[in-house]
Amino acid sequence: MALLRRLAETHRARVPFTLDGQPAEGLAGDTLLTAILTQAEHLRGADFNAEPRAGFCLMGACQDCWVQLGDGRRVRACSTFLEPGTCVQREAGRRP
Amino acid sequence: MSEVVIVGAGPAGIRAAKTLCAHGLRPTLLDEATRGGGQVYRQQPPGFSRSAAQLYGFEQRKAQALHGALAQLSGQLDYRPETLVWNAEAPWLDTLHQGREAQRLAFSEVVIATGATDRILPVPGWTLPGVYSLGAAQIALKFQACAIGGRLVLAGSGPLLYLLAWQYAKAGARPLLVLDSAPFSAQARATPSLLAQPSTFAKGLYYRAWLGLHGVPVHTGAHLLSAEGEQRVQAVNWEDANGQVHRLECDALAFGHTLRSETQLADLLGCAFHWSAANRAWLPTRDDGGRASVPGVYLAGDGAGILGADAAEVAGELAALTLLGDRGLHVDPARRIELQQRLASLECFRRGLERAFPFPEQWAANAADEVVVCRCEQVSAGEIRTAVRQGHWDINRVKATCRVGMGRCQGRLCGAAAAELIACESGRALDQIGRLRAQAPIKPLPFGVELKP
Repeated sequence: MALLRRLAETHRARVPFTLDGQPAEGLAGDTLLTAILTQAEHLRGADFNAEPRAGFCLMGACQDCWVQLGDGRRVRACSTFLEPGTCVQREAGRRP
Repeated sequence: MSEVVIVGAGPAGIRAAKTLCAHGLRPTLLDEATRGGGQVYRQQPPGFSRSAAQLYGFEQRKAQALHGALAQLSGQLDYRPETLVWNAEAPWLDTLHQGREAQRLAFSEVVIATGATDRILPVPGWTLPGVYSLGAAQIALKFQACAIGGRLVLAGSGPLLYLLAWQYAKAGARPLLVLDSAPFSAQARATPSLLAQPSTFAKGLYYRAWLGLHGVPVHTGAHLLSAEGEQRVQAVNWEDANGQVHRLECDALAFGHTLRSETQLADLLGCAFHWSAANRAWLPTRDDGGRASVPGVYLAGDGAGILGADAAEVAGELAALTLLGDRGLHVDPARRIELQQRLASLECFRRGLERAFPFPEQWAANAADEVVVCRCEQVSAGEIRTAVRQGHWDINRVKATCRVGMGRCQGRLCGAAAAELIACESGRALDQIGRLRAQAPIKPLPFGVELKP
């Protein structure tokens, strides 16, 4: 189930992307965080126990929303806008 | 070429830029965001259609004026959005544009207006998905038109708590519960100082009254104890003013205890710091014109102590006037005095806010050993206490011992809480445990950046 709930601005253009290889859809002007968390519950696994994380500060400070893109770059989901065809891979994190 | 650089395009940075331009300079304005406004007046992305009234409420005119001021400066300054300053070493700033292009920028003078983030006092379960800072919950709404959940609890303290509850309710996502750790008696006692800013005080009262009228339960003197859930937050436990513990099922929680300043760049530039009891933090020292201890460095806005957006606009203009005067340019002396007087009045109001929303002093003593304090490095309160019991009391030594504050966020999220725990466990005063040092890069850099000449 989704974490975030859209309250307004739902008439924007639809933007297709892939999430962990599966086709998904966001809206123009979504950050990656919004696009992912309006259909899923987490963004990454924590580095020390793989527990799910979904960001915290949304302003580029906490560094807890990093996701990987198709070209290998790691970006902060809260401050990266969704673009058509973006391939987003969520990292599982590491277990002890 | 050497130039005047402003770091941060919030209320302080934009007012500083406008003032410099009005006196014939052409500053460079660096903004980590895609559009100016800072966090408080953050703009929604192009293509969104909500009105300024919907986004900023009572502050819509201030927000529009600030955005308008930046737009009008187009062509008169070098505005660089999506530009992070990750290192500062006079006379250079190291920047990263769009996460790819690195560039070293020389400055003759720099105005640091880097703002603030939420001050967090962790509770068990705060790393669960669905738990956010109050600031984050506001950004989700303002910037992305999203609520962080459907069954929402807001907790902590400070003016943002009530503003956010009101904004969510107005947007159609009425919170289930608002928990304010400040006792009602403190808020009543603070009234005389708060009347230094009658309109701001009135807005605070209005939000409270509105929430009451619309059936949003607000509890004062109430403490968030923990968040619980499996893969996401499913409930909160909280304690009311009478010490009774309650549990409430929810799917989202936002919390925070007012704000903390972003001081890393002033630290890297070698500015002197002083202890601020009101902020419970070390802050870069500035004189009454906004000068830091290092020549050519000026400080404005919440990055040099939390005073809020109105004060940031005043301080931004004042710092710019001081800079111009230091360059030998003529500035209106009456205007400087007027700005200084306005800042003094806002500081009086700020002291009132301290009394109205006092820091929950018992947090460190009550925090369970299991609570994760550092979410980057997964360091618990118990591990911090163990380091202190081994004889460490300096926060940088404790960091070296147990890695608290050593992760990707560099202590932005855990630093305040770690300091409280170290002071409590070591029996030292909060200002006697040292200051967490900033290190470059102050935010993570990707591999393979392109160097721009």
